[in-house]
Amino acid sequence: MAVNYSAKEEADGHPAGGGPGGGATAGGGGAVKTRKPDNTAFKQQRLPAWQPILTAGTVLPAFFIIGLIFIPIGIGIFVTSNNIREYEIDYTGVEPSSPCNKCLNVSWDSTPPCTCTINFTLEHSFESNVFMYYGLSNFYQNHRRYVKSRDDSQLNGDNSSLLNPSKECEPYRTNEDKPIAPCGAIANSMFNDTLELYHIENDTRTAITLIKKGIAWWTDKNVKFRNPKGDGNLTALFQGTTKPVNWPKPVYMLDSEPDNNGFINEDFIVWMRTAALPTFRKLYRLIERKSNLQPTLQAGKYSLDITYNYPVHSFDGRKRMILSTISWMGGKNPFLGIAYITVGSICFFLGVVLLIIHHKYGNRNTSADIPN
Amino acid sequence: MALSVDSALYRWQRFGARSAPQTVSESTPLLFSVRQKLNLSKWRIVFSNNGRQQRGWDEASRFYSGNRIQTTKYTWLTFLPKNLFKQFHRLANLYFLFLVVLNWFPQMEVFHREITMIPLIVVLLASMIKDAVEDYKKYQFDKMINFSKSRVYDKKDRAYVEKCWKDVRVGDFVQLQCNETIPADILLLYSSDQNGICHLETANLDGETNLKQRRVVMGFSSQNTSFEPEFFQNTIICELPNNDLNKFKGYMEQPNHERIGFNIESLLLRGCTIRNTEVAIGIVIYAGHETKAMLNNNGPRYKRSKIERRMNVDIFLCVGLLFTMCLVGSIGHGIWSGSFPEHPPYDVPDENGNFLSPVLSGFYMFLTMIILLQVLIPISLYVSIELVKLGQVFLIHNDLDLYDEEADLPIQCRALNITEDLGQIQYIFSDKTGTLTENKMVFRRCTVDGHEFSHQENAKRLETHKELDLEDEDFAKLQHFTLPPMNIERPATYQRTMRPLRRSQSARAHFQGHTRSRSLGRRDSNQSQVAFSSTIEKDVTPDSRLLRRVREAALRTENISPFIHMKTATSLTDFFLALAICNTVVVSTTTEPRQRVTVPPPIKPSGITLEKIHQIFQRLKLVSLSQSFSSSQSSSDLGASFSAKNTEEHLATLDCCDNDDGYCDSSRGAGLQDKSSRDIGSASLDEVFQSVTHGTLPTDFCYEAESPDEAALVYAAQAYSFTLVSRTPEQVTVRLPQGTLLTFDILYTLGFDSVRKRMSVVVRHPLTKEIIVYTKGADSVIMDLLEDPGKADTNAERRMKRIKDKTQKHLDCYARDGLRTLCIAKKVLSEDDFQKWANFRQEAEAAIDNRDELLMETAQHLETKLTLLGATGIEDRLQDGVPDTIAALREAGIQIWVLTGDKQETAVNIAYSCKLLDQRDTVFTINTENKETCESLLNLTLEEVRKNYEVEKPRRKLFGFIPTSLPASETPGPEFGLVIDGRTLDIILQGGLEERFLELARLCRSVLCCRSTPLQKSMVVKLVRRQLKVMTLSIGDGANDVSMIQAADVGIGISGQEGMQAVMASDFAISRFKHLKKLLLVHGHWCYTRLAKMVIYFFYKNVSYVNLLFWYQFFCGFSGNTMIDYWQMIFFNLFFTSLPPLVFGVLDRDVSAETLLSLPELYKNGQNSEIYKLSTFIITMLDAFYQSLVCFFVPYLAYKDSDIDVFSFGNPINTVSLLTILLHQALEMKTWTLFHWITIIGSVVIYLVFSLIYNAVCVACNPPTDPYWIMEKQLSEPSFYLLCLITPAIALLPRYFIFALRGTLGASLILKAQQLDKLPKGQRDCEIQKLRSRKQTTSDAPVASPAPNEDLDQSIGHLCFSPFLHPAAASVPQVDAGSQGLLASEVNPLRKWAHEEGYYFFNRWAEEESTATDSSAGPLSGHCPLVPSGITSPGQDGDKLTKGKAKNFNCGSHRRSVSAVTL
Repeated sequence: MAVNYSAKEEADGHPAGGGPGGGATAGGGGAVKTRKPDNTAFKQQRLPAWQPILTAGTVLPAFFIIGLIFIPIGIGIFVTSNNIREYEIDYTGVEPSSPCNKCLNVSWDSTPPCTCTINFTLEHSFESNVFMYYGLSNFYQNHRRYVKSRDDSQLNGDNSSLLNPSKECEPYRTNEDKPIAPCGAIANSMFNDTLELYHIENDTRTAITLIKKGIAWWTDKNVKFRNPKGDGNLTALFQGTTKPVNWPKPVYMLDSEPDNNGFINEDFIVWMRTAALPTFRKLYRLIERKSNLQPTLQAGKYSLDITYNYPVHSFDGRKRMILSTISWMGGKNPFLGIAYITVGSICFFLGVVLLIIHHKYGNRNTSADIPN
Repeated sequence: MALSVDSALYRWQRFGARSAPQTVSESTPLLFSVRQKLNLSKWRIVFSNNGRQQRGWDEASRFYSGNRIQTTKYTWLTFLPKNLFKQFHRLANLYFLFLVVLNWFPQMEVFHREITMIPLIVVLLASMIKDAVEDYKKYQFDKMINFSKSRVYDKKDRAYVEKCWKDVRVGDFVQLQCNETIPADILLLYSSDQNGICHLETANLDGETNLKQRRVVMGFSSQNTSFEPEFFQNTIICELPNNDLNKFKGYMEQPNHERIGFNIESLLLRGCTIRNTEVAIGIVIYAGHETKAMLNNNGPRYKRSKIERRMNVDIFLCVGLLFTMCLVGSIGHGIWSGSFPEHPPYDVPDENGNFLSPVLSGFYMFLTMIILLQVLIPISLYVSIELVKLGQVFLIHNDLDLYDEEADLPIQCRALNITEDLGQIQYIFSDKTGTLTENKMVFRRCTVDGHEFSHQENAKRLETHKELDLEDEDFAKLQHFTLPPMNIERPATYQRTMRPLRRSQSARAHFQGHTRSRSLGRRDSNQSQVAFSSTIEKDVTPDSRLLRRVREAALRTENISPFIHMKTATSLTDFFLALAICNTVVVSTTTEPRQRVTVPPPIKPSGITLEKIHQIFQRLKLVSLSQSFSSSQSSSDLGASFSAKNTEEHLATLDCCDNDDGYCDSSRGAGLQDKSSRDIGSASLDEVFQSVTHGTLPTDFCYEAESPDEAALVYAAQAYSFTLVSRTPEQVTVRLPQGTLLTFDILYTLGFDSVRKRMSVVVRHPLTKEIIVYTKGADSVIMDLLEDPGKADTNAERRMKRIKDKTQKHLDCYARDGLRTLCIAKKVLSEDDFQKWANFRQEAEAAIDNRDELLMETAQHLETKLTLLGATGIEDRLQDGVPDTIAALREAGIQIWVLTGDKQETAVNIAYSCKLLDQRDTVFTINTENKETCESLLNLTLEEVRKNYEVEKPRRKLFGFIPTSLPASETPGPEFGLVIDGRTLDIILQGGLEERFLELARLCRSVLCCRSTPLQKSMVVKLVRRQLKVMTLSIGDGANDVSMIQAADVGIGISGQEGMQAVMASDFAISRFKHLKKLLLVHGHWCYTRLAKMVIYFFYKNVSYVNLLFWYQFFCGFSGNTMIDYWQMIFFNLFFTSLPPLVFGVLDRDVSAETLLSLPELYKNGQNSEIYKLSTFIITMLDAFYQSLVCFFVPYLAYKDSDIDVFSFGNPINTVSLLTILLHQALEMKTWTLFHWITIIGSVVIYLVFSLIYNAVCVACNPPTDPYWIMEKQLSEPSFYLLCLITPAIALLPRYFIFALRGTLGASLILKAQQLDKLPKGQRDCEIQKLRSRKQTTSDAPVASPAPNEDLDQSIGHLCFSPFLHPAAASVPQVDAGSQGLLASEVNPLRKWAHEEGYYFFNRWAEEESTATDSSAGPLSGHCPLVPSGITSPGQDGDKLTKGKAKNFNCGSHRRSVSAVTL
């Protein structure tokens, strides 16, 4: 019995036709069927195909097109990015001169909280909505064990997880035999400075309204994070749990408003979205433009009141406050624009190089001659 | 004679004495074995299961396996553990298991524990399911076989009852009907055939379709009566189960302690089918897994391809890379965690609140990183490669060009994992017979009594055959009638009138193999399946001259003519009788398919009475005994009108062709022959003869022979009216030209074996009652066995010597013509001698221990002192397209060696005719038996070859340009051929001369190893493979090629005439040699390119992806965190990027098949491993690093110092990297079919769809963190799109640019070919022609040009003259030294120099020669008939000869310089 490709398994261990079966397989098809392969385009590898060949001539247009597309895009992005106003203050207080220097070695639970005020001047007015961020440096929120130290189902309002958090939260899972809500290191290390912004005009401090809702992703606030299910107020719902070690207050006392309290507190949600890089900013508050006539933040003097609770000095961390407008592109980042312009220019340049090459050497390929 | 028998007797006795105690000790335990312990470890003892030997049977059968077969590997219970155990033998699986275990430790847990197991489980499961399905199929198949029915004797019922195969036990009696499949290995005890014959078809076993005869154990008494199992009392002792299909021995011990020996001839093998026998009964000897068929059945082979070997090295490089990266990670983590005075909030302690020391955490990090970066070792690569190879095999299998219409056989890919090796072959080792040639033997010429009969008509017929063959097929379908073989009588009009006749005779020859295998089930329906020899084999147009003489002889025997003529007549008659009798051909008739002719048909009354014939033969006997009567006239005893002058003329023709490039110039001979035959013409003879033949039987016989040349000889005899009518083991009937039927009793048949190289039959002449031995065998053997003519004193002896010399001369000529030669000889035995010999023979047959040796010895004793009758030349025609294929393969840079068991001359001539050697080549022949001479010969030859190379090199520069487009590796094609024989090969292989041999062989254009044994063949292959570290391919068709096929990297079997052993051992089985061209040049190239690129791509893909994670470690404190969700990571390799490389690996086509075929040089790409080698690997790695850097840092810079979170950061990176990886693949693709488009675009779509769904659905399903709504959010941000646009652009820009530059500036042939592909067809062909012709002029590798330009040839010819050629030419008469002398006047200075140098060299050489010759090698001349006179006196003698022959020589352009160095 001929052993062919399709009859592989017989070849494996069978006698070449160990019996009548073998004979039957060999003679199976009868006279009509031959073993002639089908004459199809696929089987004969004659499928219609596009066969691009990369030569200077064929590639040339691509380079020019890339160049022509990328440079304008790059310019556009660059301009957009440049139009973004951004102001940044480091309030860590490492420098002795800094007003916050006194709070440098603050601990999580220091009472009364250390406060400090930093005055600054905005050179340019911020026309559109302003986003207020706090920024941390050298804070490895992306550390593997840190990232995992949370329980999403607890945060999702799962009652069983609330009382019996995931093992991932260890060692911030329980405290004094009570489950911690929210458990885990992320929650435990939540940023707890309070920032307040005042506009100083003629020595009068006007508090600028900082909106604390709308800073988290809508899906996070409405889908991913949920308070435990059940009736009654939050205090009752969180019955039987304890607050994270570092927290001064339990989770149900994060905010006065019920739709911004507990797990759905937006500051908490924002913190729980762990940053990708050790230097990061997180949205703290929104400053909405009130009227079309006035810029959101006029140029002028401002003061920042800080309730300094969050210790970063021990790990050489830095804390910043950032005010920024945003564009369709997001925050201020000139990189993309520059990259587009650069790549566009390089492509254009290479296009020219290829053009020269094509003119010099390109013809010989069409005639397929060997140079002699 | 008597003396030799006596000495044999003596030896025999000694033998017997030595073995006697042994036999006793053997037999005793056997006799008592029934009662005592069975000695089953040495012999198999079979007791019959008929109740008579109940105890013995009970005891013995416990040890023997039943007939149930189980080919499955697993049972339900053992499946899981066994399969897992098997799978974990794979290193890659172990590696992943190790990772899973690592991940189980909390300190190292990167991913979710369970998740880490997924890849491993997927891989394991996939293999497991595959194994389970395969096993289940086997189980079903087993079941079907086990439950087939068979009739087995039941001792209780005392009758045959139906039983399942699985219940058949050793010792059972099985009754088999016609067309039944044999359930076990059965010893044949009874056959309904009156001669005790049973016919077998072994197609299921080895694919051979001719019927084999098996006979009832000889001497087993119950033959004539019907066999009664009940009374069977014998014990059967035979060898233990083994897998040798052709060997079996044992004996049967009767109750009276008499032994009856038997051998394979009586064994019916499991799986074969009974044919043409009503009922056969036998006893089961081996059952189930102990049957020869099962033992022979070893599954497909596992070979590791070159790419895989290379790949494994690179995997180790990857492991090294992995360790480096892990080390970086662990050190980095150690430093990082040590840099804090107190623990920051993000440094999470372990469960107990303890912190690890930086060193320990660094160590843990090392292991963690291994888990994290595990994908660097591409586990999916193994699976993918297997899939791709499966696809490639599928496509190869389905190629129409590799399908043989005639045999209905597509290519069979038996090895699934070495497809790409086809694209890297550097050396091809080919068998000759059946591989390069058709192995369809055609009788071409013969010489009887020293007279050559060239059979011109036959030659012409063969030439015109091809076209006729095509018509045949249609014709045969329409018509199916038989005509009496009357064509013989009308030789003059053969050209036209022969056609219909031949058609009718051919009887559908085209359906040899497959028709029969297909029609197993319904064999009676088709009548036309009888012919197993094709038309060309069957029809032999007789040589008119010979025919006439045969007729004359026939008449003379009737008319009682003078004794002088009787001599020739006897020889002729004897010659043809020998042809008809001395074989093992089975006769069948067309009218009754598959019905053996066993009874001679009734003799029809003819003009001659039996008595008369008896008289005649009596007289003939007288003549042959008293040879002194026939005097010295022998050379001119041709009959009335054929003069001595004519003979001289004819010999001159032969001699002439000796000189003329070894090509027996038939046209010139033809003229002479025709003339002479016309001269003779006497119509009356014809008429008389016709009247005789008319009365004979009209039946058309078909001959089935195990080897095709036997059939050819029988057909040849038939053409001269010596028709083999029937053959049984006891008798053979031949119809003589007179129309009488002679029935010879066959006394013995000594079968052919490769050691003796001859076969004999011993017959008793029915009329003279003489005992005659007819022997047929290789000329070298037979010539030595002839009666010694040394002391040529009497006329008769002198005459014999002359005949011998002449015959030898003819044989040489045949050999040079590429014909296979056989000598026919006879010997008349006296009754006494025969009786003596017969006794030994019987004893030998009964022996069990050293029977083979004894049989051999007895055979050798019989075959001595033979009288030469004549010799035949059988043509083995070259297969279609062989020269073309060889030329193409050679152009592709493949060295082709021919390893053959054939004669040197035959091999050399086939080599010339298939363009393996060129007429211009210098051929070195090394034949020696002495190590020292061999060494010095090798050295000298090597020196010469090197010298020639040095001469050539400056010349190449002188030519001016070395084409830039050609790869630099291209060396000038060597113009040397090396011919070496088996003995020399032995010396080389054993004497440590391998290196020098290889060095020489490497410089030679082609190497021919003649007279080599299968073992030597494989040794040569291994030697080349190991020492030169090259990829080798062996191709062969016969059992003797099996070892060679297995030794090579790629073994190719040709499913041809010689059975299936080669195919069974091969990796690929093709049906024609020419298929090799497309298989290698196209499929090999494609498979290699595809797979190599795919492997490279896989490495690239994994490295570039894993590096993204690595770069991230620098930003997460080397903590082993990932920015990409684990599911998306798994699916990235599993689904999103897995299909395009697979499609690429199966379907991509860099150059079209047509271009690949017309520009074989493209193959060098694969040979030099240009696509996948270390440098490409490193470049790819660097590119992967670059691309991963881009894919990571562009998003990084874009999102730097923003509020980006981990997964939002990872998502664009993942996306961008996916795009980059897919686009990279797109750049590699040279062909975009629909599949390519679908997979590439589909991959992106799948990724997006999956991500969108997964990100939307999974809120908290994958704790602790989920990439919830990431994709959706990002898709709504313009920056994401901007990133996706620019990052792949930056990443692929360099590659793209370099590709473009290479496309324009680079000049690799592949690129050129790709560009050619784009051209319209006509223009492309034109360009290819241009390219090729340019190449031919620039490189001086002479390739077979379709229309050779004389001038060009000349100039090239000058180039390759070696100085060594001169001494060689002088020493070899065949070489045209004369013509060179003539040409020398107009040669360039270079050649003059060569002359002088050569002469100097020659003198030195000649001295050495003569001294060496005197001492060592005298009688060797016979072994190398090509240079008979060059040995003794190379100098003067050679010159003389050449001068003498120079006259005949006038073909300057056909220079073939043979430099034979023979000692």
